[in-house]
Amino acid sequence: MSNYKTIIKDGLWSKNVAIVQILGLCPLLAVTGSVVNAVGLGIATTTVLIGSNTLVSLIRHTVSDEIRLPVFVMIIAALTTCIEFIMQAYTFELYQILGIFIPLIVTNCCILGRADGFARKNTVLASALDGAMMGGGFLLVLILLGGFRELFGQGTLFANMNLIFGPVAENWKIQVLNDFPGILFIALPPGAFLGLGFIIALKNIIDDKLEEKAARNEPHVDAGTKRVRVTGNIA
Amino acid sequence: MLFQSISKNALLLGTFALITTGLVALTSSATRERIILAHHKALEKALLEIVAEDSHNNDLLNDYIEISSPLLALKKPKDAFLARQDGQPIAAIIPAVAPEGYGGSISLIVGIQYDGTITGVRIVPPHNETPGLGDKIEIKKSDWLLSFNGKSLNNTKDKAWKVKKDGGDFDQLTGATITPRAVVKAVHNTLKYFKYNKEQLFANNPDEAKPSYLKH
Repeated sequence: MSNYKTIIKDGLWSKNVAIVQILGLCPLLAVTGSVVNAVGLGIATTTVLIGSNTLVSLIRHTVSDEIRLPVFVMIIAALTTCIEFIMQAYTFELYQILGIFIPLIVTNCCILGRADGFARKNTVLASALDGAMMGGGFLLVLILLGGFRELFGQGTLFANMNLIFGPVAENWKIQVLNDFPGILFIALPPGAFLGLGFIIALKNIIDDKLEEKAARNEPHVDAGTKRVRVTGNIA
Repeated sequence: MLFQSISKNALLLGTFALITTGLVALTSSATRERIILAHHKALEKALLEIVAEDSHNNDLLNDYIEISSPLLALKKPKDAFLARQDGQPIAAIIPAVAPEGYGGSISLIVGIQYDGTITGVRIVPPHNETPGLGDKIEIKKSDWLLSFNGKSLNNTKDKAWKVKKDGGDFDQLTGATITPRAVVKAVHNTLKYFKYNKEQLFANNPDEAKPSYLKH
């Protein structure tokens, strides 16, 4: 059970794809101009991650080491292409916006990284969960960054969400800042770098605070307990 | 031994290639119709935005003619869509390209009434104009494109088909002159094209059998 807890914590926080492993930056920085784009790419990436992790885990005893990478790449590429077809069929306008970044999911290192680094050695259930959590962590950062850039770049939040969620989402748009011309710098790619920097800094501050608190709550370590501290998690 | 391991791996790889390709083929055939439908709907929506639905009674999507002209700057021939009321020409939707945009070519469609008055102009994505500046040519981002509505070669002289900075009639955008300049020029050229070619455009009568417009 604690194994699953670790997977969840790793994916969402301590090994977060975007802000700890710093993987998949190209689409992350490019499409986060608004929340709707962020959610679209995040969901697509997560779906591919869950699917590829599950499949890779299923075949982990069949495929020999020498040919594992080409097989993984084939699986990932096939899944991504399927997602692309499905998005074209059901969310066409969003597909037009995300354009090139959907096929580029294939090259998102975190997907091959999780396939080779985790799914290859773990059970199907654990791998699927890992995919969901890693994707979830990526999605959360995308949404944060998209929200930040939409708010300061255009003065709105959740505009055009109906592109993903259908007519129910027509009224989700919040005009936060009225008559706001938008800070161009934030709408453009530099704003994405800046925003990502802030998010990473924020995570580090929270980590430091948590550590401090943990140290204060446990002033002395019981004899016989050993704590292993791991820094710099690189998959 | 070596040969055995090679052939085993090759077989495995081949099997996986077959399985994954099969998966893609299955999804492709399962979504094919919906994708065509989505393209069709997107096109229809774009066309009806610039030629009102109640102004004509023919099937706009199936009444088209392939055109190309140096004035339109199209890289390859594209379809113009024709609106008719009881067979009489009402309006045409002409595809054009503004080759001198800030970030490269910008594709447009221009709706023109038979008398030469513009009913609407829309940008066809994708384009590479700067977000926040040049991309205000998109109808989603600003009303600038609407300033073409109602213009014609008669009510706007050749000299006036420029942005105000160049002494013409059209606003430039804050922080962006090159993009609107390119669009104004392209729309102007499209009107000229229409003036010289409108008879030919509407020459073919609509109700002859044509394949349904399902290209994409």
